[in-house]
Amino acid sequence: MSRIYFDNSATTCVDDEAIDIMTMYHKDLYGNPSSLHRMGVEAEKAVEECRNKIAEMLSVKSKEIYFTSGGTEGNNMLIRGAVEKNKRIGNRIITSKIEHPSVLEVFRYYESQGLDVIYLDVDEYGKIDFKKLEESINGDTILVSIMMINNETGAIQDLKRIGELVKKNSKKTLFHSDCVQSFGKSVIDINSCNLDMLTFSAHKLHGPKGLGGVYIRQGLNLPPLILGGGQESGFRSGTENVASIAGFTKVLQNIDMKSNTDRFVSLKKYFISKVASAVDEVIINSPQRDDFADFIISISLKNVKGEILLHALEKKEIYVSTGSACSSKKNRTSHVLEAINIPRDYIEGTLRVSFSKHNTLNEIDKCIEALAEETSKIRKFTRRK
Amino acid sequence: MQRRYFDYAATTPIDKRVLEVMIPQIENNFGNPSSVYSFGREARKSIDESRDTVARVLNAEPKEIFFTSGGTEADNWAIIGTAFANKNKGNHIITTSIEHHAVLHTCKYLEKHGFEVSYLPVDEYGMVDPEDVRNSIKESTILITVMYANNEIGTIQPIKKIGEIARENDVYFHTDAVQAFGSIEIDVKDLNVDMMSISGHKIYGPKGIGALYIRKGVKIDNLIHGGGQERKKRAGTENTPAIVGFAKACELVTENLKESAEKAIELRDYMIKNILENIDEVRLNGHPTERLPGNVNVSIRYIEGESILLSLDLIGIAASSGSACTSGALDPSHVLLAIGLSHEIAHGSLRFSIGKDTTREEVDFVLEKLPAIIQRLRDMSPLYNS
Ligand SMILES: Cc1ncc(COP(=O)(O)O)c(C=O)c1O
Ligand SMILES: Cc1ncc(COP(=O)(O)O)c(C=O)c1O
Repeated sequence: MSRIYFDNSATTCVDDEAIDIMTMYHKDLYGNPSSLHRMGVEAEKAVEECRNKIAEMLSVKSKEIYFTSGGTEGNNMLIRGAVEKNKRIGNRIITSKIEHPSVLEVFRYYESQGLDVIYLDVDEYGKIDFKKLEESINGDTILVSIMMINNETGAIQDLKRIGELVKKNSKKTLFHSDCVQSFGKSVIDINSCNLDMLTFSAHKLHGPKGLGGVYIRQGLNLPPLILGGGQESGFRSGTENVASIAGFTKVLQNIDMKSNTDRFVSLKKYFISKVASAVDEVIINSPQRDDFADFIISISLKNVKGEILLHALEKKEIYVSTGSACSSKKNRTSHVLEAINIPRDYIEGTLRVSFSKHNTLNEIDKCIEALAEETSKIRKFTRRK
Repeated sequence: MQRRYFDYAATTPIDKRVLEVMIPQIENNFGNPSSVYSFGREARKSIDESRDTVARVLNAEPKEIFFTSGGTEADNWAIIGTAFANKNKGNHIITTSIEHHAVLHTCKYLEKHGFEVSYLPVDEYGMVDPEDVRNSIKESTILITVMYANNEIGTIQPIKKIGEIARENDVYFHTDAVQAFGSIEIDVKDLNVDMMSISGHKIYGPKGIGALYIRKGVKIDNLIHGGGQERKKRAGTENTPAIVGFAKACELVTENLKESAEKAIELRDYMIKNILENIDEVRLNGHPTERLPGNVNVSIRYIEGESILLSLDLIGIAASSGSACTSGALDPSHVLLAIGLSHEIAHGSLRFSIGKDTTREEVDFVLEKLPAIIQRLRDMSPLYNS
C-alpha cells in the first residue's frame, strides 16, 4: 500500500528533477561562489539564476532577493533588521495572534527587551480586524508583520487592505509578511500590497529543506542578522547552499500554478463535501471561500482527541497533522485554534489536511473512509468510559 | 580540459559515501522531524543519530551539539549569544586580528552595541601568544574567541593553552574550528573549549550545514527564535538530509584523519620546498610546521595574486588568492597584513589547498606550470625589472 501524504504544509517531498540537479552540484559543480576561478563562477551563476527566477515570480528586482537557511531565519532576520534599524524612531511593533512561532517568538523577545508589542486578535475566520489595526498604528510604529496564509487553517489575510492602512497611517512603518505557505502556490502582489519585506521557504513547495529567502525592498538597507564573509551583498554571510539553490531553481521552473490551483480547488471541494456526510459533529475551520487557501483544510471533531486519530490514520499510512508541525509536539492546544475560538469540546479534535500537486481524489476517498471509521471507534470508546 | 582542484580550504567536493546517505533521506525520509507520526519520527531519529555521531567524534555529549546552517552562523551565534547573555558580568571580549570575518565582523557589531573588543596581534607566522591572552583578561572579560587554524595561512593556534588560561580565569572560550576540524584531531574536553564552530562543506560534506558545540552549562541566548527545534535553542525546520550527510562526513574525516594528514603534509612540504627553490622572491606565509596539513600560502613579489589565479584557471587549476570570502574584494587580506606584510607583497599572495583527493601528479603539474606563468606576468609588470 502506498503512502497517502496529506501533510504538505509541514513539509513536502522534493521534486525528482531537483534531486538530480542537487546531486550533480554536490558531486561535480561544488565550487564556492566566492572563488574567482571557473568553478566559483559556475556556482555563482547557479545562485544568480535562482535569484532571477524568484525575482521574476514576484515581479521584483533580483537584487531585492536574498537567500537564507529557511523561513525561520528569514522571519528572524527581517523582524530583527527592521527593529534594529528603526528602534531609534519608534518603539511599537504590531503582529497578529496567529503568526508562526518564528514571528511570534521574535516579537516576544522584543517585548522582553521593552518594546511596545501589539498582538492583534483575529475573528472566527482568523482575520484581523482592520479597525483595531488602524487604531494600533501610531507615530511610534516601526513594523507591522502579518502572515499571508495561515499554516494551520489556511486563512488568507487581506494584505492589500492591510498595506493600505499601514502606509496611510504612517509613512515610516515597515510592512512585512510571512509568505512561507503562499510562495509558489498563490499570487503575491508585492506592489499592490505595499509590502516592504516578505519571507519564503523552499521545503514547503517541493524544494529542499534548509533553504529559504526574503524579499527586501531596494533601499531599505536593513542590518544583517548573520555577519561574516559578505555573501548576499553583505546582508547574509555564510557560504551559499549552492546545490539546494540550484535544485530549487528547477522546482520553481516546474511550477504550474494554474494546474495546481485547479487541483487544490477540486480536492478541497471534494473533501469538504465528503467529510460532512461521513462524520457528524464536525466543524470545517477552512471554508471554501476566496479568503482561504485551497490546499489547507482544518477540521475539528467533537469529542475526539486529534492525536489519537492521527495515529490511527498513520497505521493506514495516511499522514495528516493536528496543527502545525512546530507546535504539534508541545502538549498544549494551538494558539491559532484558540485565537479563532473553536469550541472547547472540538478544539482537541482538530486535524489539518494539506495538499500537494501529487494528491488525488482517490486518496481523499481513502482518507475520509478511514477518518469516519476511526472517529466512530474513538467516539464509541470514549462514550463507553 | 582536465580540472585540478587546489581550493579545498574554500570548499570540498562531497564524499560519495556522504551523498549515498543523503539521497535516501531526501527521497524517502522527507517528513518534518517535528511531526508526531512515524514518518516524522524517523526523520527525528536520523537527526538524533547524527547528533550522537558528531558528539562521539568530538568527544562531546549529544546534548552539547546544535546544528546550524553553517560555520558562519555558528560563529555569530557563539559570540553574540554569549555576549548578550552574560553582559551583566561584563562587556569585554578578546579575539585576534586574523579571525575569519564571521568572527571579526560579529565583534565589530558588538562594539557598536556597547561591548569592548581587544584584537590581539600575531607574530610573523600568524601565531597568537597565549601570554597576550592572559594579560588582556580583565574583570569585565566575558569571552575569548580564537580560531583553531587560519583559513588563509593555515597557522594552528595553541588552543589548549589558551583554553587553560580561559578556564583559570573563568572566562568563556570559543574557537572557530571550521578549518581545523577534519585535519587535526579534536577532543573538546581535552581542549578546554566551551564552544566550537564546525562546518560541513569543508570536510567533504554538504554546504549549508554546520554545528556549534556548546558545553553543558554555558549561558547563551538564541540567535534564531521560533519553533522549539534543537532543544529550543535554534529554531527552523531541520535540514535532515544535510544533517545526516554532515554526520557521515564527520565520521569519515576523523576515521582517516592520521593517514590523510600525513599524505597532505608530504605533498604540502614538497610543494612549498619546490616553489621556494624554483621561483625567486617568493616567501612562505604562515608557520613552517604548525600549519594545516593542506595549506600552502606564498607571496610572489611584483605581481598580483589575482592575475596568477586567472592564468592558472585557464589551464584548469583552481587556486585562491586569499580566502574565498574576501577574494572578491580588492583590499589586501587582513591576515597577511597582520603578519606584517606590506600591501604590495600581500597583493601577490596565492593559496593552494590540498585535499584528500590531491595527487602527486596534480602537484607536479602545478609546479611545472607555475614558474612560467609567474615569469610571464612579471615581464609585464611595471614593478619588475630583472
Ligand atoms: C507560516 C510559516 N512561517 C514560517 C515557517 C518556518 O519555515 P522553516 O521551516 O523553513 O524554518 C513555517 C513552517 O515551518 C510556516 O508554516
Ligand atoms: C575559519 C573559517 N571560519 C568560518 C567559515 C565560514 O563557514 P561557512 O562557509 O560554513 O559559513 C570559514 C569558511 O568560509 C572559515 O574558513
